[in-house]
Amino acid sequence: MTRTLDVPEPRVEPPGAPAKKAPRHRRRRRGLVPLIPYLLILPALALLIAVLVWPILQMAWMSLHTYGLRQLRGEPAEWNGFAHYLAILTDERFWTIFRNTIVVCLLMVAITMVLGTLVGILLNKLPKWFSAVVGTALMLAWATPVISAAIVHRWLFDSRYGLANAVLAGMPDWLVGSGWEGFNWFNSPGPLFSVLILTVVWQSFPFVSVSVLAGLKSVPSELYEAARVDGASAWRSFWTVTVPMLRPLFALLLILQIIWDFRIFTQLNILAGGFSNRDVFLLPYYSYQLGFASTPPNYGMGSAIAVVMTVLVLGITAYYLRVMIRQGEIR
Amino acid sequence: MNHRALKLAGRIGQYAAAVAVTVFAVFPVYWVVSTALKPTGEIFTREPTLFPTALTLEHFQRVLSGVLIPGTSFWSFLGNSLLVTVGSVVVSAVFALLAAVAVARFRFSLRGSFIVLLLVIQMVPIEALIISIFVNFYKAGELLSVPLTGSLLGVLVVYITVSLPITILMMRSFVAAVPKELEEAAAIDGADSWTIFWRILMPLVAPGLVAASIFAFITAWNEFVVAFTFLQNNTGSFTLPISLQYYFGRASIEWGSIMAASTLLTIPVMVFFLFVQRRMVSGLTMGAVKG
Repeated sequence: MTRTLDVPEPRVEPPGAPAKKAPRHRRRRRGLVPLIPYLLILPALALLIAVLVWPILQMAWMSLHTYGLRQLRGEPAEWNGFAHYLAILTDERFWTIFRNTIVVCLLMVAITMVLGTLVGILLNKLPKWFSAVVGTALMLAWATPVISAAIVHRWLFDSRYGLANAVLAGMPDWLVGSGWEGFNWFNSPGPLFSVLILTVVWQSFPFVSVSVLAGLKSVPSELYEAARVDGASAWRSFWTVTVPMLRPLFALLLILQIIWDFRIFTQLNILAGGFSNRDVFLLPYYSYQLGFASTPPNYGMGSAIAVVMTVLVLGITAYYLRVMIRQGEIR
Repeated sequence: MNHRALKLAGRIGQYAAAVAVTVFAVFPVYWVVSTALKPTGEIFTREPTLFPTALTLEHFQRVLSGVLIPGTSFWSFLGNSLLVTVGSVVVSAVFALLAAVAVARFRFSLRGSFIVLLLVIQMVPIEALIISIFVNFYKAGELLSVPLTGSLLGVLVVYITVSLPITILMMRSFVAAVPKELEEAAAIDGADSWTIFWRILMPLVAPGLVAASIFAFITAWNEFVVAFTFLQNNTGSFTLPISLQYYFGRASIEWGSIMAASTLLTIPVMVFFLFVQRRMVSGLTMGAVKG
């Protein structure tokens, strides 16, 4: 276990393990050798602390101070108490954006998980060649850069020349209603968030599907056979065999989806076409707008919202983090 | 008989669903490419054609030869993108490999804390940190009189760091999977640690290194928010993803050009995905399903 790369074994010693153990321990405690792992992690650790850990603290600090352009240029920041937080919590707009963020994120996660799982199960049932074809198609959606995905959906739902409006206008009115010609999808929260959810789900369900497929392949087929012998239906064997076996995988996928969907920025930036329409903001977007797109920039206020976001994300993932950390320490 | 009919119906249903999923997944990608290949007149019609009636490369030519913003070109954006991408892949791969060896092969007192740090850092969205990263980089840049904001250097540093946690965790499992007996045997045969590293460990860890690197490549190649924030006032340093955004800045949107540029941005990622798809799944879901 404690064998290290950097301490070559003396050649003269016989390969008998027990005899070697004691001297090896003594060797490792001498001189520079115990420092080696620290030297190895040093470059990564230094960068992580400078670029990511320090900003976390800085963010918390800024959220409690007046911090704008002047402070950026060197003026000392003034202690602000919890004024930013008070302003947020008493601001109706914040609460609307907060609620929208939660609802949109939940919808994205739920649709992604359900669709992704169903497609994963489907992939497992299809003949190999067919499964490979569908898998490749999924990969295309998954691999598309986020910005391209956002742009093509903006184009598909373009009010004048978009395919979506043309198709909807061509469909019978009793099915989809009328008035689709020239319908603007990007002005109001409902339609815009629908396109946003579609964009995000389109890109993220393939990952869930492929992961579920990998998971399903790892479930021993004897379990399903046993369930079938016992007379269980497909539905029942899904709930009594698949779900328990894949529970850790589902938990992980769920957490990853929450983290990824909570931070949506690029897609919203393209679909909303900038920062002018506050009705369609989500939390990361709001924080960004306060920091970078408002005049004058209010880094303090933006940071306060960022703190709220971070606390939310870490709160949601706390349980999972605990499991991961326990595993990480054991190994 | 009845049972067989039911089974057949189930099979047909599965196939129909599979076709529907395939179309759903491919269609937007198809729409990007087909719009890029349509003549302008055919793009701007009330009733879009599902298949182009004529193909043209005019949009690609426009993108490749045209000037989006004075003093820039597609090639300069491509150059900038390649610089930050290759730079961050190489540096983060080296740093991640070192750290992964430390974590997988040594027991040291900070080991647990280091892994916890990686796991927690991964959860914090960069979108939440972007303001303070920007402020810190601005101040540090002034202190060192190196432009860290408004230059590719700052973006590069962020990309290297952001891809570190996942690459270290991925690499760790690859290093840990190399049997220690191999190294021990080599040591007994008289190999020094340098030889063991290059001749034993590296060849066995190489596939993991490649997978982690491609992961870092895709992250940096597609990244938007950091580049968008840092490079806003320096159009000469634009990377490809943020250059795409500028096609919208015009009075009328040139959808053909956007789609052509979008296609060019997507091709490299698609190619890399072909290589790494499976590893990415196992890399991302690592820790949850297996030990």
